Amino acid sequence: MALKRRKKDLTFLEKIYIPEIAKGLALTFKNMLKPKFTMQYPEEKFIPPPSYRGRPVLVMEENGLERCVACGLCSRVCPPLAIEVQAAETDREKERYPIKFEINMLRCIFCGLCEEVCPEEAIVMSKDYELAFTNRKDALYGKDKLLTPVKQLQDRINFLRNYK
Amino acid sequence: MNILQIIIFTIVKILIVVTIILLAVTYLVYFERKISAWAQNRIGPNRVGWHGALQSFADVLKLLLKEDIVPDAANKPIHTLAPIIALFVSFTTYAVIPFGPNINVFGFSVPLVVADVNIGILYVLALTSLGVYAITLAGWSSGSKYSLLGGIRSSAQMISYEISMGFSIGGVLLLSQSLRPVEIVQAQSGWMWNAILQPVGFITFLVSAFAETNRLPFDLPEAEPELVGGYHTEYSSMKFAGFFLAEYANMFIASALIVTLYLGGWQFPYLDHFGLSNGWFAVISVITFAIKVAALLFFFIWVRWSIPRFRYDQLMNLGWKVMFPLSLLNIIWVAVLIMVFKL
Repeated sequence: MALKRRKKDLTFLEKIYIPEIAKGLALTFKNMLKPKFTMQYPEEKFIPPPSYRGRPVLVMEENGLERCVACGLCSRVCPPLAIEVQAAETDREKERYPIKFEINMLRCIFCGLCEEVCPEEAIVMSKDYELAFTNRKDALYGKDKLLTPVKQLQDRINFLRNYK
Repeated sequence: MNILQIIIFTIVKILIVVTIILLAVTYLVYFERKISAWAQNRIGPNRVGWHGALQSFADVLKLLLKEDIVPDAANKPIHTLAPIIALFVSFTTYAVIPFGPNINVFGFSVPLVVADVNIGILYVLALTSLGVYAITLAGWSSGSKYSLLGGIRSSAQMISYEISMGFSIGGVLLLSQSLRPVEIVQAQSGWMWNAILQPVGFITFLVSAFAETNRLPFDLPEAEPELVGGYHTEYSSMKFAGFFLAEYANMFIASALIVTLYLGGWQFPYLDHFGLSNGWFAVISVITFAIKVAALLFFFIWVRWSIPRFRYDQLMNLGWKVMFPLSLLNIIWVAVLIMVFKL
């Protein structure tokens, strides 16, 4: 693209402002009649694309158990130290599971590193962005709040498989 | 009519006019927000009341409940006086602007103007010049450099544009040969609108009115990006609301004045030839006036959301080097009209 040289002097028509002002007014008037972009939030909700990084959740298999093997990598990589994992043993085929898995949502910065580092695809970012707490205790998300059926997260898991 | 009846009618008219101005101002704030939203492809306030119609009342309530903060460095009496002057000026100016023809009430012929003064236009000019004091004093008494800059800008701007405003009115006065607003309106019967006879004067007056009301593109006294908030930086609570209301009331008055001086006032072209009864004639006239004022108000708001602010030197250049000569030229043009066409 060739650089357009700026004219030093304005033409007479530009100097008297009026045609330019009329142009500007016509533009704003045209925009008044155009459809609106506003989303009426509590009634209409924004459904994010799969690339969206919302609240991190634990994947729950169809049999109701978590995928997580409590390796603790997410907890290690978490920059604001929001994740706490405590491992325990079971007699099942997967011998380890997290007896406690807690994310402090006041600390979480939604960087997605936990998801990236997870060897089991066990922790993924969901589409949930409605995170408001009235006290600090509510912001500690335990396993009960984190476990999400795998069906609801399929979008994100496919996205990760394609682009990670 | 004896003196008592005149007083009663005047008080009733004052009450009606003040109520209308207050309502118009609250809805102006609402429409300012709505039109700005539409121009930016948004919806605007729509939660409080039907389509957000009660939004401005909620805002006023909020401002009433807020703490009134007066800075330590402020000159307290003047700091309090400034918003009062602003409100006083914007509400009293309306007294001389006619909003309809004479009507018959209980057998009396009542003119639809609060005070039919024979120096009405001088009164308007005097009061609008007084409006500068509100802003300048507010800026000076706040004890803050941004407020002071806003106040100084305002006084310089108002003085520059008062001149072209006065000279543009000169053209109108030459044609109507009267300073009485009622007669100025009557002189514009039919399509003899001053805006059509002297378009240059109309444009200079319109631009000066924008500058006088401190509306964009001439809102240098408040210029948010440069001066924080300009003259009302240090104001809060109801004192701030006073300036806010005064600004919108000024806009309303400027529109009413432009309609009176240039757009035929309350007159619907050739309405007296339709053979209507007196009552209907008055009703249609008042509605005509309201529509003309509303259209101008829409224009004021529309311009605000379309045009960027002028630089200070551009503002002064425009005022002294363009508007002033143009308004003089307009007077010569009107003189030629009178000489050649014997208007």
